[in-house]
Amino acid sequence: MKGEEILKVESLSKHFGGVQAILDFGFLLRKGEFLGVIGPNGSGKTTLVNLITGFVKPNSGKVIFQGKDITGKMPYTIAALGIVRTFQMVRLFYNLPAYKNLIIPLSSTRVKKLRGGEYGERDDVAVDLLDDMGFERDSFVPYKLAGSLPHGYLKRLDLARAMALRPDLLILDELFSGMAMSEVASTLPLIEKFHEEGLTIIMIEHRLKELFRVVDRVMVLNFGQKIAEGSPQEVMNTEEVRKAYLGTEVEG
Amino acid sequence: MSLLIYGTITSIILALYAAGFSLAYGISGLANFAHGALYILTGYSVWTFLNQIGLPYFLSALLSVIIIGFLGFALYWGLLLRVRGVPLAELIVTFAAGIAILELLMWKGFYGIQYSLPLFVRGGVKLGGVAVDYQRLFVIGTGIVLVVLLYLFVHHTKIGLAFRGMAQNERTALSVGIESDWIGSLSLAAGSALAAVAAVVVLPLGVMESAIGYEVLIYALAVAIIGGLESTPGMILGSFIIGFGQVATAKYLGPKWMIIVPLVAIILVLAVRPSGLFGQFKELEERI
Amino acid sequence: MAEIEARYRKKRLDRGIKARADTIFAIASRREILYLILPRVLPVILLLSLPFLLPVYWGKVLVYACIYGLLALSWDFLAACGLFSLGQAFFLGIGAYIAGGLSYYFHWSPFITLPIATIGGGVISAALLSPVVRLRGVYFAMVTLMLPMLFMKMIETTGLLGGTHGLSALKPFPAGWTGTYLVIGLFWVCLFLFRRIINEDYGLVLRAIRDDDRAVMSAAINIYWRKIQALFIAGAVGSFAGAFMTHHYQFVGMSAFALDFSILPVAAVTLGGPGTFAGAALGSMILVPLSEALRALGGMRMAIYCVILILSVIALPEGIFHYIERKYHQFEKLVRVG
Repeated sequence: MKGEEILKVESLSKHFGGVQAILDFGFLLRKGEFLGVIGPNGSGKTTLVNLITGFVKPNSGKVIFQGKDITGKMPYTIAALGIVRTFQMVRLFYNLPAYKNLIIPLSSTRVKKLRGGEYGERDDVAVDLLDDMGFERDSFVPYKLAGSLPHGYLKRLDLARAMALRPDLLILDELFSGMAMSEVASTLPLIEKFHEEGLTIIMIEHRLKELFRVVDRVMVLNFGQKIAEGSPQEVMNTEEVRKAYLGTEVEG
Repeated sequence: MSLLIYGTITSIILALYAAGFSLAYGISGLANFAHGALYILTGYSVWTFLNQIGLPYFLSALLSVIIIGFLGFALYWGLLLRVRGVPLAELIVTFAAGIAILELLMWKGFYGIQYSLPLFVRGGVKLGGVAVDYQRLFVIGTGIVLVVLLYLFVHHTKIGLAFRGMAQNERTALSVGIESDWIGSLSLAAGSALAAVAAVVVLPLGVMESAIGYEVLIYALAVAIIGGLESTPGMILGSFIIGFGQVATAKYLGPKWMIIVPLVAIILVLAVRPSGLFGQFKELEERI
Repeated sequence: MAEIEARYRKKRLDRGIKARADTIFAIASRREILYLILPRVLPVILLLSLPFLLPVYWGKVLVYACIYGLLALSWDFLAACGLFSLGQAFFLGIGAYIAGGLSYYFHWSPFITLPIATIGGGVISAALLSPVVRLRGVYFAMVTLMLPMLFMKMIETTGLLGGTHGLSALKPFPAGWTGTYLVIGLFWVCLFLFRRIINEDYGLVLRAIRDDDRAVMSAAINIYWRKIQALFIAGAVGSFAGAFMTHHYQFVGMSAFALDFSILPVAAVTLGGPGTFAGAALGSMILVPLSEALRALGGMRMAIYCVILILSVIALPEGIFHYIERKYHQFEKLVRVG
């Protein structure tokens, strides 16, 4: 097993009215790990992300991040501690130029603290970040209004927005949904690179083929509960996983 | 004993003030800031029918309620429809319409002792040593009947269910064939009519003047904020808190401190539970 | 006619000078420098010279317009981060009563009470309204609408702070011109400062909060703290206007919480064009003199503001300033379609 534990989730539960979205859920994540989360539609994957990142308050259970209890804390507190997410439906500011979207995370106190003295112009930092994400610096793309960019770029802009905070734990909520094959192919190496540089990542994905290529470990959700956990091969051989996926969708 | 009786009366009057506002907001999310203006306009409408045209009291009251309800309906189709979906604009339009009505009334000179409505029933009764006139008992009765009717209407009739569907999820409601503009305008009409009913039963207790319009709006908002918007039990609880609080303050500290009660109650409630006592804390509980 | 409409349509084009003047090349020619500077300097000079040019009565109206202008700017600043206030009178009243109280009970000079009232008003406004910033929608508007009315009633019934009579014979500003130029100067400072702030990174974050608070939260920014800061700034500006008014008229009364001060700034901003600050300034410079001209109508004035307000919301949602700005920067021509 890799480094020390970074995130511990203990018997987390959440119900919306009568619907049990997450039930008695627990798992452990170690530093530098790449965890994949899969499950049929409506199995509670996004709710799990929302619970960890503070967008939804759990009914019971605990989330412990780097030894700190962050259960029920506000999203900005959690993000400031280093858990940063992307959104399944991108939430960006469409009437701002693409690079200006990154000004918002860059003006947070977390970034100020991390960067310390070596603080450059925010605009330059933003363009640098976008350049890393494949928005060519010398083209007009980073300066175009976010609203005028194609969907694949928006997804990557959202990823850049998350990376601007220099996260300790990055949670990708269906990053590849709605992306074309070529876009996926160009984005996947980026994420692999982050992982190799030591970033801990949780990735929620419907595209199993791409997911299995990069993750160390997979967790399978169904009806808000964990039905399997292990390496991609182990998981796909489990009877329950096959049952959960059979008749719904077999991708990849 | 007097505390109990006067507290109840005040609370029910407050609930009557707030009912129309809460109803419209709960259904269509429209905060009708013209609420107070419509309330006082009802008074003048009844007065005009009664004294200038000479209709019987009951008929004047009924006509006024219908007219004010229709005015709410017209407010929606005439003005709000054009700005629907822009919360700021909706707010400004109802607020400005309300002030325009109130200021016009004041300008026309509708104030003074001659502008008061007669009581429905004269005389009174002693309840546990406290004199209560029949009009106030009538107010209590109306209040209770209205709340019960409202509950039955919202929970057990087809249109009421459509209202609730609208309140919960506008888009889904649209997709099952509930038309949002109709519901919106009907909710505003119903809210206005409720304000009118409240005016008809409460106004005979005192003198009419435009300033009352602002007062009614303040109290309706205070009750809604304390109880939580879009919650009927919250509305009732909110009116009882302010009502009893005011009567108790008037009794033990003197009437001049009464106005502090809603202010203190609002500040306390907002500090402890910003969405009101019965309001759902919707801050983050939303799908992403 | 119909034929022309079918084949041509209006197209808006940036003037060539705008495209160049937006960048550093503006220095290239005198014409371009003028193009940039004129719309900024001309109004400043005009407003600074107006007190000399106008008769005494209209000079007073000008001061009034600046007070309303400050309130309108404060409103627009709050609106920029999604807080719609219906109670600018609250900010004004708080400032007015702090300055009035200090001046009446301790006989302090305006130059001490003014800063205290400005800062104190900002703090009180931010503190009292801070629980509300957590809620979206109409809550903020509802609470701000109520606060001035409740404070007014409280002063009326309890008789605190002079009650219905108010506090009079307060310290005036020293020489005649000091007050007038103080308020005009601050009006300009606020206008340019706000226009600047809102386009800086700080303002960018505020505007982002209005558009999508969740996205901002996920960027590790404490949106509530930012909103409270905005409330402090807006409250301080409003309170300054109130404190100034107190000393200028040497009187403070319940009227400081009057509805006029809440409704007219909103009307000014909607008429002038929200989100630009210049629109707020322009709107108050139009509406306040207009309302003076309509003084003969008495109580009707409020109703007229309201009608203007409704009309401008419905018919001219972009506001006058946007229209002027567009005419200045762009021209229209008919282009053939197809």
